[in-house]
Amino acid sequence: MFWGRQRYLIDFALSSLWRRKGRHLLLLVVYTLVVAALASVMLFTEALKGEARQLLAGTPEVVIQRMVAGRHDLVPEQYLERIGRVRGVRKKAGRLWGYYYDPTVAANYTLMVPPERHIAEGSVVVGEGIARARGASVGDVLALRSSVGEVFPFRIDAILSAESELVSADLMLVSEVDFRRFFHFPAGHYTDLVLEVANPREVRKVAEKIALALPDSRPILREEILRTYASLFDWREGLVLTALLGAVFAFGIFAWDRAAGLSAEERREIGVLKAVGWETSDVIALKLWEGALVSLCAFLLGYLLAYLHVFTFSAGALTPLLKGWAVLYPQFTLAPQVDLFQLATLFLITVVPYTAAILIPLWQAAVADPDAVMR
Amino acid sequence: MRKSTLAFAVLIGLGAGFLWTGLDAVRGDSERAAALEAGARLTRELGLTDLCLFTEARYTRHLSQADWHAPFQDHPMALEHFPSGALVGVPATLRGPH
Amino acid sequence: MIELIDVKKAFNHHRPNEHWAVNGVSLTLEGNRLTVFQGPSGSGKTTLLTLIGCLARPTSGRVRLDGKDVSGFPERFLTEIRRGTFGFVFQQYHLLRGISVLENVMLPGYPAAPRYGTLRRRALELLERFELAHKAHAKVEWLSGGESQRVAIARALINDPAVVIADEPTAHLDTALAKGFLTIAEELRAQGKTLMISSHDPLVCEAPIVDRLVRLRDGRLAESA
Repeated sequence: MFWGRQRYLIDFALSSLWRRKGRHLLLLVVYTLVVAALASVMLFTEALKGEARQLLAGTPEVVIQRMVAGRHDLVPEQYLERIGRVRGVRKKAGRLWGYYYDPTVAANYTLMVPPERHIAEGSVVVGEGIARARGASVGDVLALRSSVGEVFPFRIDAILSAESELVSADLMLVSEVDFRRFFHFPAGHYTDLVLEVANPREVRKVAEKIALALPDSRPILREEILRTYASLFDWREGLVLTALLGAVFAFGIFAWDRAAGLSAEERREIGVLKAVGWETSDVIALKLWEGALVSLCAFLLGYLLAYLHVFTFSAGALTPLLKGWAVLYPQFTLAPQVDLFQLATLFLITVVPYTAAILIPLWQAAVADPDAVMR
Repeated sequence: MRKSTLAFAVLIGLGAGFLWTGLDAVRGDSERAAALEAGARLTRELGLTDLCLFTEARYTRHLSQADWHAPFQDHPMALEHFPSGALVGVPATLRGPH
Repeated sequence: MIELIDVKKAFNHHRPNEHWAVNGVSLTLEGNRLTVFQGPSGSGKTTLLTLIGCLARPTSGRVRLDGKDVSGFPERFLTEIRRGTFGFVFQQYHLLRGISVLENVMLPGYPAAPRYGTLRRRALELLERFELAHKAHAKVEWLSGGESQRVAIARALINDPAVVIADEPTAHLDTALAKGFLTIAEELRAQGKTLMISSHDPLVCEAPIVDRLVRLRDGRLAESA
């Protein structure tokens, strides 16, 4: 009985919506696009955060930078010995890395000396992003101008796997000899140091001891790195959402106008329905169904579009925003992640306000006396 | 056919799509796992600290390693993680091609 | 059987523009009769019909329906009674524009939620009976005045009510169509329906099928014939 009644109400709600099909279809389209835009941002950032968490799980536990006059500076190798005296440090190593701006493609590369992998002098292993930007493949020679103006020809030995592009697109791995010669990097110095700590629970303790032993150093912990990424995308998400807020408000006004502003005609209809034996609750249910059908369709459709956009079409509409002025940008497909909590939030901020917008003015009209139609 | 039947058909279709995304996410996760593993291995091997998302400027490439006062070193509209970067316009001298 | 006991209805009650549309009417209306309420506009005949049809509650006095005092019932119960007992043909017909004729006729049946097939068949039968079957899927705004009224009558009959209330049914009809309406009214009465019609059209008031003529003036009974 209840269900039969609701089904009749749905029938009528659809007939009623169909009367102004142009407007309601437009509403559906706009609504769907708003949901799709919001859902894209949500899905994209959530998936990216997930990737960052997994990709950076193996990041060094502690990175030690040296600060001179508040700026980064090179770390002398004596620091390694001084750290050696701090208890709890299992492994320590100096890293050599830096940036190179390539004017031919206006891109920044990250040059790095791999700690384990052997690279012959004059050879280089590049990330997929560089290979793409330079149109280079294995065997080609990259000619880079060093800090004193000499041209260094680097032969591409290998290209890092495209799978790892999200962390390696702009990497350029060179040998230590080449690195020091190319940058005129002072001997006995490193860019920074990395440590491994025997007991993961002591990481913070060790960092404190190092800060005491080397007062000009700045330790960066793995958990801080991971937190940087978790919060960074929160903020980015906020930026996009802020940009979208205008659209959401515009939609809100549009929807309010459509849903809430009951015209004289609609008021008259409510009176007729009540006069022919509809209860106030039936009238309200009818209008709620109208709103619910539109918003449910828009929500599901928008979410599906967003899902396809982000995971099948690699979030094409969002990349310009993340890319900024960057020339090298990794090509990656994200592992789809569906977070029910996020979905619920999206549902709450899109469907509920629309339905509520219908309900408030409707109440006044629906409780009006049915005899008004006879007057 | 009743209009409600049509509506249910549409909603069931969309609902099926919705469920599909859930299944696809589970499936995609395992497919992507290999790629993620490759990336994670490289991270461990090279001691990488950051995602290669923002290569536009030195201080945006390794966000977690950046100075606290790094922004505005290159150009102010670089879309970096400091809000001011998105709020201040580029000086005229910086506009135009690189 | 419907009894009205000293029924009064005020609009804008306790306000400066208070107006007593019905001011003390006592009446007993038997079932299976065709009663016409006659009076000039503003005489309170339409308001009286809304009180009889449970569309509104009297400001004071009692309305009894088959011995039950319905004047104190809450809105919900009145709606249920209205749905089961009364069918309304409004002066302006009040069909819902943009909706098909068939759906307009079926509308009052929705809250009781009978089987869809049953309700639809009943609606089609009614349309057939009023020679409107071919218009079942047309929109109501495409109908002529006479057709609109017949759709309104079909809608009033969909829940098979005991009482059909028609407010100024011939106001927008020419003589031929008004006579058509009277034929329908006669058929309905022959089926055992009670009809209550407000009108000041002599064609209706003087029709031979009228069982009883109630004259109203200024919200009171003028005289009963």
